[in-house]
Amino acid sequence: MIHSLFLINASGDIFLEKHWKSVVSRSVCDYFFEAQERASEAENVPPVIPTPHHYLLSVYRHKIFFVAVIQSEVPPLFVIEFLHRVVDTFQDYFGVCSEVIIKDNVVVVYEVLEEMLDNGFPLATESNILKELIKPPTILRTVVNTITGSTNVGDQLPTGQLSVVPWRRTGVKYTNNEAYFDVIEEIDAIIDKSGSTITAEIQGVIDACVKLTGMPDLTLSFMNPRLLDDVSFHPCVRFKRWESEKILSFIPPDGNFRLLSYHVSAQNLVAIPVYVKHNISFRDSSSLGRFEITVGPKQTMGKTVEGVMVTSQMPKSVLNMTLTPSQGTHVFDPVTKLLSWDVGKINPQKLPSLKGSVSLQAGTSKPDENPTINLQFKIQQLAISGLKVNRLDMYGEKYKPFKGIKYMTKAGKFQVRT
Amino acid sequence: QLKCKNMFSLLPGHIIKKLVYVYLMRYAEEQQDLALLSISTFQRALKDPNQLIRASALRVLSSIRVPIIVPIMMLAIKEASSDLSPYVRKNAAHAIQKLFSLDPEQKEMLIEVIEKLLKDRSTLVAGSVVMAFEEVCPDRIDLIHKNYRKLCNLLVDVEEWGQVVIIHMLTRYARTQFISPWKVDEVVDEYNESNFYESDEEQKEKDQKMKTTYTMDPDHRLLLRNTKPLLQSRNAAVVMAVAQLYWHLAPKSEAGIVSKSLVRLLRSNREVQYIVLQNIATMSIQRKGMFEPYLKSFYVRSTDPTMIKTLKLEILTNLANEANISTLLREFQTYVKSQDKQFAAATIQAIGRCATNITEVTDTCLNGLVCLLSNRDEIVVAESVVVIKKLLQTQPAHHGEIIKHMAKLLDNITVPVARASILWLIGEYCERVPKIAPDVLRKTAKSFTNEDDLVKLQILNLGAKLYLTNSKQTKLLTQYVLNLGKYDQSYDIRDRTRFIRQLIVPNEKSGALSKYAKKIFLAQKPAPLLESPFKDRDHFQLGTLSHTLNSRATGYLELSDWPEVAPDPSVRNVDVTESVRHDSEDVKKKAKGISKRRSTSSSSDTESSSSEECSSGSKSESDSKSDSESGKSRNATSNKVSMVKYVTTQVSVPTKTHELLHRMSGKGLAAHYHFSRQPGIFGDHMVPVQVTVTNTTDQKIENIHIGEKKLPPGMTMHEFNPIGNHILACEVAIMVQGIDFCDSTQTASFQLCTKDDHFSVNIQPPVGELLLPVTMSEKDFKKEQGMLTGMNETSATIVVAPQNSTRLVIVERVVKAANLGVVPSGQDNIHRFAAKTVHSGSLMLVTVELKESSTAQLVINTEKTVIGSVLLQELKPVLSQG
Repeated sequence: MIHSLFLINASGDIFLEKHWKSVVSRSVCDYFFEAQERASEAENVPPVIPTPHHYLLSVYRHKIFFVAVIQSEVPPLFVIEFLHRVVDTFQDYFGVCSEVIIKDNVVVVYEVLEEMLDNGFPLATESNILKELIKPPTILRTVVNTITGSTNVGDQLPTGQLSVVPWRRTGVKYTNNEAYFDVIEEIDAIIDKSGSTITAEIQGVIDACVKLTGMPDLTLSFMNPRLLDDVSFHPCVRFKRWESEKILSFIPPDGNFRLLSYHVSAQNLVAIPVYVKHNISFRDSSSLGRFEITVGPKQTMGKTVEGVMVTSQMPKSVLNMTLTPSQGTHVFDPVTKLLSWDVGKINPQKLPSLKGSVSLQAGTSKPDENPTINLQFKIQQLAISGLKVNRLDMYGEKYKPFKGIKYMTKAGKFQVRT
Repeated sequence: QLKCKNMFSLLPGHIIKKLVYVYLMRYAEEQQDLALLSISTFQRALKDPNQLIRASALRVLSSIRVPIIVPIMMLAIKEASSDLSPYVRKNAAHAIQKLFSLDPEQKEMLIEVIEKLLKDRSTLVAGSVVMAFEEVCPDRIDLIHKNYRKLCNLLVDVEEWGQVVIIHMLTRYARTQFISPWKVDEVVDEYNESNFYESDEEQKEKDQKMKTTYTMDPDHRLLLRNTKPLLQSRNAAVVMAVAQLYWHLAPKSEAGIVSKSLVRLLRSNREVQYIVLQNIATMSIQRKGMFEPYLKSFYVRSTDPTMIKTLKLEILTNLANEANISTLLREFQTYVKSQDKQFAAATIQAIGRCATNITEVTDTCLNGLVCLLSNRDEIVVAESVVVIKKLLQTQPAHHGEIIKHMAKLLDNITVPVARASILWLIGEYCERVPKIAPDVLRKTAKSFTNEDDLVKLQILNLGAKLYLTNSKQTKLLTQYVLNLGKYDQSYDIRDRTRFIRQLIVPNEKSGALSKYAKKIFLAQKPAPLLESPFKDRDHFQLGTLSHTLNSRATGYLELSDWPEVAPDPSVRNVDVTESVRHDSEDVKKKAKGISKRRSTSSSSDTESSSSEECSSGSKSESDSKSDSESGKSRNATSNKVSMVKYVTTQVSVPTKTHELLHRMSGKGLAAHYHFSRQPGIFGDHMVPVQVTVTNTTDQKIENIHIGEKKLPPGMTMHEFNPIGNHILACEVAIMVQGIDFCDSTQTASFQLCTKDDHFSVNIQPPVGELLLPVTMSEKDFKKEQGMLTGMNETSATIVVAPQNSTRLVIVERVVKAANLGVVPSGQDNIHRFAAKTVHSGSLMLVTVELKESSTAQLVINTEKTVIGSVLLQELKPVLSQG
């Protein structure tokens, strides 16, 4: 299926290649470069590029193109999903996924890639199995390895590959047994000029960090499972149980993993926790425009809105902006025309605002469209949909684990049209 | 080689081995002789007692692309395909593809191996072997028949990548084997949505007949039902695969369930979005209704990449109807103002398409587009002109004003397509604007030489049309233009000039045609259809590369049309399940799991549907494989039972079941248990116990769970999950629990509770079940035995029944009685078995030495003398009984 993989950095150098079948010459990437040139931005490079003898499927993450070469018909999502899994694995192993890190750990990278695919077909993609096969590098281990001359290759054989719960290692031991769950909800919204909501929906995930000894069997139940409209599970979740009882029952993987992602049903009206007042105007006659935005909280259930960040892509004809914020810091990049304002916390008594003037290129007419405002924010201890975890029980092991559940609401793709 | 040397000097230890493997695979093709040196090492490793080593040896061996070793590979694959370990068999399936690409001549032999592996019941193997099937012999659909139901049932438990491959294969399979479920829909659809699916008269007639006769093949239903849960997968490829399966196979009324999941994928990375949106675009053309509820999910954000924006726009346009058009147009208005001009242009096209498709809004759209003509951005104006041109063509009657307006624009617009469009419009409707048209020609004749080719052609056209309608004013002008055209650099334009001149200017040479010149030029032209570029993509299977590219990719397998008459469905019958198909409705409902496995089932016979029969069912699968751990064992089926998700590779099939709760004392609830010998489900120290609960009452029993436990100190128990939902009357449920007996035969007592009652029950393990089989060589066995003498040895002389004296019988009987692993033996009269205790892991060595006059010496060596002596007592009757 997947023939080869090329990693290409922002400046167009192929800095890593791996072949699972016979070797494909790197000149095949020329077709990719061609397409890259045609697309003005990296984001617009088409994910599927046909060439006379091969097909190039690519994903773009962390400023690196991961280009897979395939030779014959294959579901494109299969390859794309796999490439994303590769990136996730690198991130999992090295903390960040960047060209420098990959180059520094080239041996581990090759070993991991070798294990992930056999003859182009995915073999071991579970991070738990991979980590048993190839230990991720840590500073301590690197030091020890250089002194003692041992390696990252695991000593034990990966029994996980044979097990019925391939996502969990056997013989896990912890002195502190802990299970933490983060319920994170993101609001995707488009707000129109007048402040009314065009579309708004809530997408949530439950990320877990489970460090429990042995083979625990957990069940998690919700106060209001009806809220969840559409869900997708980590493979460990017993689907039948969810169907019949709306209870999450699972033997968890060891460590961090995403238990569930969900979509809150559309019938529920989404509470929008912030509003933006804006007054942006350009005039035809003068080269000066007015710019004024104020951000304020609404429907926050008494919680503070933090980490507020406003970004906006200004029209090309904007030369510069002279602005004064009532709080936080702002930056306008005259090259990319991107305005970003790091607001911080919203104090309901004194609403943060950003006021000033915009200078336009002389001679050009005023832009047709006012810029769109993108908003980011965080609200701790609140799941905006009202989802609540009822209880978490553990079976199969005797000890009492420490359990914790955290809620958070964030802005997803939150846009205000002006 | 230099590289190789460097590696050796730099890297220590056994990392070398790993990297040498990588190196070997990479360079073997170029340095064949060097590669050959390594072969013997791998051959040796193929015989290693450890399954993981066997597997990786096969993996590396088959990756060495040297034609000379093809026979060796073939042999290795054949051997590995009947290996005891499913993991090795999985690797054998991978090796098949590698060998096939190295030497396609081996195809026939490889197909034999594929056929064998397809029968495999392990979920580990399923995905890989189907992959091999797809690569080597995708047309041998006959190999699938017998395995179809098994694949459907295993699907949920296969790893995600395998799922994608299997689903795609099954989609193709189903299209050849079942009859279309759509024909029934069509009849129904006629009443509510007539254009839902195009059906001609002939087909309708057939439908009427079909309506009464169509019932979905239960196997067809099985596939649909078993793939549905996979829509919840976190893997986008799996979700897409199920979506396309439903699109191509499900009745139209059911296909709707996939849309929610597809919309969910839109939250994912841009690449996933791109592919999913493309597929939705194709779907939304044919079946609008599927995605209409999710209209707002396709609204464009200014931060989306352009390719995503255009795809979303495409879908929005497809979804437009009378009800939502006004909201959509308002949304489009924002898009037109977008800073991304390419996208703005695409939006104008979209508005044009909405205008032609929905007649109510044509005028509104047209007015909106005319307003755009005064836009500052040239691309926007140009695009509007082109779209307006197309729109006007559909209803030219009363749009003289717009044409005039556009004629004025000609002075400012420089984009060639737009200029050409305006000129064409004026030419086409020159009689409606009799004053302006000649003036336009005058202006353009002046700038002719500086125009783009496209515009020049239209100037010529305009000239010709005016010459025919208004020759008095324009004769000279036209001739001037024709002269300019005659000497133009482009031969297209010279050709056109010559053609027009011959046609319109009467001279002695011109034939009969010039009489018809006016008819030729000013014929009524059909209005162009504004169609989606995704219109013709649906002949490719959704979710494929070919669909994404809209052209056949290499190796694309056509999805066949539904057969008119279904092929014989009995080809899918497997011997064991044959009777099930003819069973009563009641049994069919529980298509999965136990009921499928029953060999002689009848729904009324409640008593016999207990565990005893389950095990006899699985016993009859004589083609089972064995697991690595105990040399003599079986790989059992993966029973997918309602509650517990597990896949077993059973070590041995214990036939004996013990009663846990009699139905009389359990108020109709009967429970049996047996030791399933599945290693490592709950951890190392647990003995897995399979509990079969039968409801013999005629009411449902709810909430079966384990209550209070009375366990001896040290003993622990891993409970099965409470059966939260109920088991219906006459139903059977199987649960697995694990008990750590601490290497003692003490009883584990606990309460089996239902919603209303609780019953105290006991499980007492036979000592043979407290063991885990161990593989070791004869030499090791003797060495270990030498260390466990004296106190640690117990022995007895027994009389062996004459029929029990062959090796096969002894091994079978002993392994059945206790969970022991067979140790190869050099002598015919000595049989050795090894195991370790589950809890403490102490070795347990059993020797059976046949003596003369049908006696035998039974020796057990172990540190755990108590268990040893109990085991001795238990084994004694095993061989002496007949």
